Amino acid sequence: MTTILDPSDETAIAQRERVGRPESLNGLTVGLLDISKPRGNVFLDRVEEKLSALGASVKRYSKPTFAKPAPVDLRHEIATSCDAVIEALAD
Amino acid sequence: MTAPPLPNGLVAVVKKDCPTCVLVAPVLEDLAFRADLTVITQDDPTFPTDAPWVVHDEDLALSWHHDIETVPTLLQVADGAATETTVGWSREQWEAFTGVDDLGADLPDMRPGCGSLSVDPTRTDELAVRFSGSTLHSRRIEIAALEDDWEAMWDRGWSDGLPVVPPTEARVLRMLEGTTRSPGDIVAVVPPNLVECTVEKVAVNAVMAGCKPEYLPVVLAALEAVCTDEFNMHGVLATTMSVGPIYVVNGPIRREIGMNSGINVLGHGNRANSTIGRAVQLLVRNLGGGQPGGVDRSTQGNPGKLGLCFAEDEEGSYWTSYAEDRGFDPSVSTVTAYCGEGPRIIIDQLDRAPESLTRLLARAMLATNSPRMAIGMDAMLVISPEHQARYRDAGWDKARFRAALDEELMIDADSILRGKEGMAEGFPELPAGTRVPKFHPELGVQIVHAGGGAGLFSSVIGGWLTGEGGSVPVTKEIRP
Repeated sequence: MTTILDPSDETAIAQRERVGRPESLNGLTVGLLDISKPRGNVFLDRVEEKLSALGASVKRYSKPTFAKPAPVDLRHEIATSCDAVIEALAD
Repeated sequence: MTAPPLPNGLVAVVKKDCPTCVLVAPVLEDLAFRADLTVITQDDPTFPTDAPWVVHDEDLALSWHHDIETVPTLLQVADGAATETTVGWSREQWEAFTGVDDLGADLPDMRPGCGSLSVDPTRTDELAVRFSGSTLHSRRIEIAALEDDWEAMWDRGWSDGLPVVPPTEARVLRMLEGTTRSPGDIVAVVPPNLVECTVEKVAVNAVMAGCKPEYLPVVLAALEAVCTDEFNMHGVLATTMSVGPIYVVNGPIRREIGMNSGINVLGHGNRANSTIGRAVQLLVRNLGGGQPGGVDRSTQGNPGKLGLCFAEDEEGSYWTSYAEDRGFDPSVSTVTAYCGEGPRIIIDQLDRAPESLTRLLARAMLATNSPRMAIGMDAMLVISPEHQARYRDAGWDKARFRAALDEELMIDADSILRGKEGMAEGFPELPAGTRVPKFHPELGVQIVHAGGGAGLFSSVIGGWLTGEGGSVPVTKEIRP
């Protein structure tokens, strides 16, 4: 029998329930996060049109750079002021 | 485990398997009678005789904890710890040490001792685990007798696809001897899961990668380098562009640990080159959680992502070293993490004039990333000894070469606009009639000298987005 040392971080991943799927978008606030890649705005402009037609109000956000994770403050702002978020990933 | 106390007063540590110890056995009995000596015997409990003043160090705890390297060793002990020692047999020294005259009149004047059992190479690993293993905090995982160690590591998801060395306590303790840092010290917070990483976890993954203990300081510094906001390891992992960290080692440690800066420098065949970068890659994978298909979204990847690490040829270079360019003294050892793709060859076997060779190198570099990319990225030029010799012959220092290269890397802005020459890729707009730099105007081209002595080939390693919004090369000093 060989005894080895665990090379991992040894943490157990916390399981979290997903937020329930809304019945309707009417009256909800949806955040649209542009990661700042070329043409992400084209996609999100169209999404905004569609969402507005469904009665949702839309808030637009963008990351300072697509090459780094979204800043904590931005994530916090989206989480506290939106009911749902859509992220435009790439070109 | 705390050190068990030695008996106070005069103490001798011996083993029967040592001819010098056998030779001095009568002296030991003499000293037991005349100087209240206690004998600690490592092997035979009745050596030199069966008496109350003979203590058997059966598990070698006394010898190991009190750093006995030679038998016989004479010690003066106060409060359970040695205050003075002398090793081997020398009548003159023993008489002076014990204050007892006429010792071993029939014996030769002196004889060297033998190795202590506690430093016997076949026992040291086991003793280290027994007596200091409890200082390690990682979870112990038992691999069953019927399991194959190597397959078990793979099954648990801890391999990059190549075999990993099972990180037993003995191997990890031996690895930790490569640094003066405490196993519990936090080295870095490792992306993407932002896990605090201890020296111990670095050692565990360095064992798995195949490192020797003397490489550990380089691995520690390399991990520190990639886990900075400037290097942006999370972004380097997450980008679909097929880049990864590449490590350049400078300074005295290159020679001390036998790194390759010559033939096949960017390839395989040297243990330090092949395992240091791999150790960091395993840390990002196993500890940080950055796995291909997970946060690592690289479209195609590149072979260097296994862990491309190499040394600069400083001794054979006519120019300042890469680390000197980055503000470090040549007496300091450093590792620089640079984000790049796979190396590509630049052939120029005819140009002998520095101007024309520079032009050719630049033309090849203009094609990195895409011929239509400019300004935002960087590149590393690994210039070979034979190419660099053309600049030496012409008396060009590195600054002059860099200036000439930068000039050759200027692009007509009109030529890289979207749609030009029937290609959609390009800039939406640039000021008409101007010229723009191929690479980032401040961070530009990293220049490193390496490779075999023969061959008119250099390499360019295309970079990624650099500057605040991407990844900037980061250099860390390598400390013991």
